[in-house]
Amino acid sequence: MSEVIVITSGKGGVGKTTTTANVGTGLAKLNKKVVLIDTDIGLRNLDVVMGLENRIVYNLVDVVEGSCRVKQALIKDKRYENLFLLPSAQTRDKTSVTPEQMKKLIEELKEEFDYILLDCPAGIEQGFKNAIAGADRAIIVTTPEVSAIRDADRIIGLLEANELKQVELVVNRIRMDMVKRGDMMSIDDVVDILAINLIGAVPDDENIVISTNQGEPLVGSGTMAGQAYLNICHRILGEDVPYLNLDNEGFFRKIANLFKR
Amino acid sequence: MGLIDVFFKKKASGDMAKDRLKLLLVSDRANCSPEVMEMIKNDIIKVISKYMEIDAEALDIQITQTESEGGNGAVPALYANIPIKDIKNKSKEEA
Repeated sequence: MSEVIVITSGKGGVGKTTTTANVGTGLAKLNKKVVLIDTDIGLRNLDVVMGLENRIVYNLVDVVEGSCRVKQALIKDKRYENLFLLPSAQTRDKTSVTPEQMKKLIEELKEEFDYILLDCPAGIEQGFKNAIAGADRAIIVTTPEVSAIRDADRIIGLLEANELKQVELVVNRIRMDMVKRGDMMSIDDVVDILAINLIGAVPDDENIVISTNQGEPLVGSGTMAGQAYLNICHRILGEDVPYLNLDNEGFFRKIANLFKR
Repeated sequence: MGLIDVFFKKKASGDMAKDRLKLLLVSDRANCSPEVMEMIKNDIIKVISKYMEIDAEALDIQITQTESEGGNGAVPALYANIPIKDIKNKSKEEA
């Protein structure tokens, strides 16, 4: 049985695309057949984060308009042959696709894939409505900041109104040093305020920038963020994984990382 | 938070963020515009004034949070502070 998960946040720049790329790659690593759909029409990004920008021929709008078959538009990942990307169109706008068309497309993809991940655009307009239309599960990405949490709360309300029942939270870019000083809300604070289930906590890790530069998701690597993302994947599969200690890396780990580079 | 702040016991910014958000989200979730609040306020004045004399100027209503009796956490509540000027039963007097 396949599952359709939308990754959304309301606010832009909190890590939706990075989360989609890493969770998608992680699920593929765990031997699931996965397709990632970039629903941000006009502001295409998931392709560069995945490092697949040079392989795009057809896109999401071509598929819904019937200019090509779905299979033609799907791009196979560089490293995992059970991972595919359906890129968004760069030169069109959000109104080029309707929620009904998205539902139809997802129904078709369900026959082929275990997991369909939808990278949602920022905002609550047409693009958001398209992205949530066919989803049966949602992951809300937020950072421990007032603006991001406010928007996340609004999104949670809208998802409830759309009868999306399974909504889970990823708290991104946590800096334990700041939390300890009392200058950043803790994971518990954020969960307490938003009152939904936590599915992951990702530390603010410079390796994310490096991996995006390289166009290779870091899930499953020896980095803190890589481990945190892999744990999210296990939890999506229903496994009970303890939360990482996001405190500063231990001495031995630091040494180990030195040798890895 | 610098050393000086520690001495003066300044509130940690993380706690400030949490407190501000809690209030903000209550009004966001209630989805009540200032106009709607004003209409509720005027209606309350109208109803209560039938039975007693109240200080309409000092009346204050707001949406806050309260612990639910059912034990399912905090729920939004309409809080009204209505100062009474004269408690005697107006309606009887007029009759």
